[in-house]
Amino acid sequence: MIISEQKSKEELLGSLEGKDRLFLVGCAACATACKAGGEDEVFKMQEWLVSLGKEVTGSVIIDEACHIMRAGRDLRQHRFEVEEAEALLVLACGAGIQSISSSTDKQVIGGLNSLFLGNIRRFGQYEQKCSLCGECILNETAGICPVTTCAKGLLNGPCGGMEEGRCEADREIDCAWNLIFERLKKQGRQGVFRRSVQPKDWGKIRKPGRHRIKQ
Amino acid sequence: MSLLQQQLESGRFVVTAEIAPPKGIDVTDALAKARVLAGVTAVNVTDNQGANMRMTPLALAALLVREGVEPILQLTCRDRNRMALQSDLLGAAALGIENLLILSGDHARFGDHPGARSVFDLDSVQLLQVVASLEAGRDMSGRPLSGVPRFFAGAAVTPEAEPFELMFQKFDKKIDSGARFFQTQAVFDGTKLERFMAAARPLGVPVLVGVLLLKNARMARFLNENIPGVRVPQGLIERLEGAVKPLEEGVAIAREMVSKARVLCQGVHLMTLGFEERIPDILAL
Repeated sequence: MIISEQKSKEELLGSLEGKDRLFLVGCAACATACKAGGEDEVFKMQEWLVSLGKEVTGSVIIDEACHIMRAGRDLRQHRFEVEEAEALLVLACGAGIQSISSSTDKQVIGGLNSLFLGNIRRFGQYEQKCSLCGECILNETAGICPVTTCAKGLLNGPCGGMEEGRCEADREIDCAWNLIFERLKKQGRQGVFRRSVQPKDWGKIRKPGRHRIKQ
Repeated sequence: MSLLQQQLESGRFVVTAEIAPPKGIDVTDALAKARVLAGVTAVNVTDNQGANMRMTPLALAALLVREGVEPILQLTCRDRNRMALQSDLLGAAALGIENLLILSGDHARFGDHPGARSVFDLDSVQLLQVVASLEAGRDMSGRPLSGVPRFFAGAAVTPEAEPFELMFQKFDKKIDSGARFFQTQAVFDGTKLERFMAAARPLGVPVLVGVLLLKNARMARFLNENIPGVRVPQGLIERLEGAVKPLEEGVAIAREMVSKARVLCQGVHLMTLGFEERIPDILAL
């Protein structure tokens, strides 16, 4: 899921300056799981805005704010409340914010920062495992991604900063290459150590990314 | 053929040292230091070392060539993508630079531009292969070059790193990818160096062991806490602490490591950090 967190109140105050009537949007998917833009957070945001003397014309929690058509439909169902507002404050990831901004001509204010595509370790604790690079090497690396979990994204083994199997950039975490090495050894496989991995083809992911399922 | 290559191939014990380009455009100090180092075989020119932004080493290395001092151009994968790296390599060859030290590069978070986006479009193994390809007259996309560069490419290794087997497989991969000499991270543990050289010797690629001049105990502790891959044993820290003149003790420690290297390795890479005039003492037999 997309891991996100709320922007600081300080930053939000700046973005909200001069906007007295707001319509609030949350997301029932990732932003809810991250406690950044679910029902609770939208409610708390509403209370905060009211305490600032602002008016909240209405709110909606969209099932998946990244679904462009669905976001547009949900917004239309609240069109009178949206109409009354000077701006929409959206507590969803960057993708969700843009579903909304493409569905209205009103100013859209994003209330979250999107951090990464993450796994959930336990509630409130998220870890990045995949960086969506378009050329997956996991089958050779014992299911541990060096593109993401090596701080430098190295493809041919650890850097010179590895110490006692720990990462140069953060001694609190394991060196990804040491994890790969240990797990391959346990599986009795050579895996990626059998060959020198060629430079990645970054041309495979177009920017902006687009994908259409072939019929 | 570079002097470094000639001397390593002739089996001579080789000494290299290093200088950093200035933060700015005044190269007076750097060149003065290089002149002090004129007695060594070649001088490494560091590439935004420790992820601190400085003048490009390509420029300073070219100035060294003009001064008659042989440079080893350090090239990291942190700050340039594959196009910029190839461009710089061609530029280096055109400027008369042959020796290269190919590195991944320290992580940007430890430097003076922690907000920089690290590139790592290639890693050191891949960049070594690119160097070989340029020497064969082709760029990474297979297109022919007009005028073929000639390089003597080396790489880095951390002999004390654990797990040993994992560190060593990368060392091996670098050799397969065209590394023709190695300069090591600073080594302080002779036993670990012995273990590394026992495994490395059969592969037949010269190793210049990194010898860093410790000025005092405080510096040793700083290295242990802040420099990835460097470990000063407690015993040496105590020697520096107990010494009346810590710098002299540091010179003695460096000299001991050089003596060890004369037996085990093909040369030394000296890191004297401002005390270049002590190099003759460190090399004294």
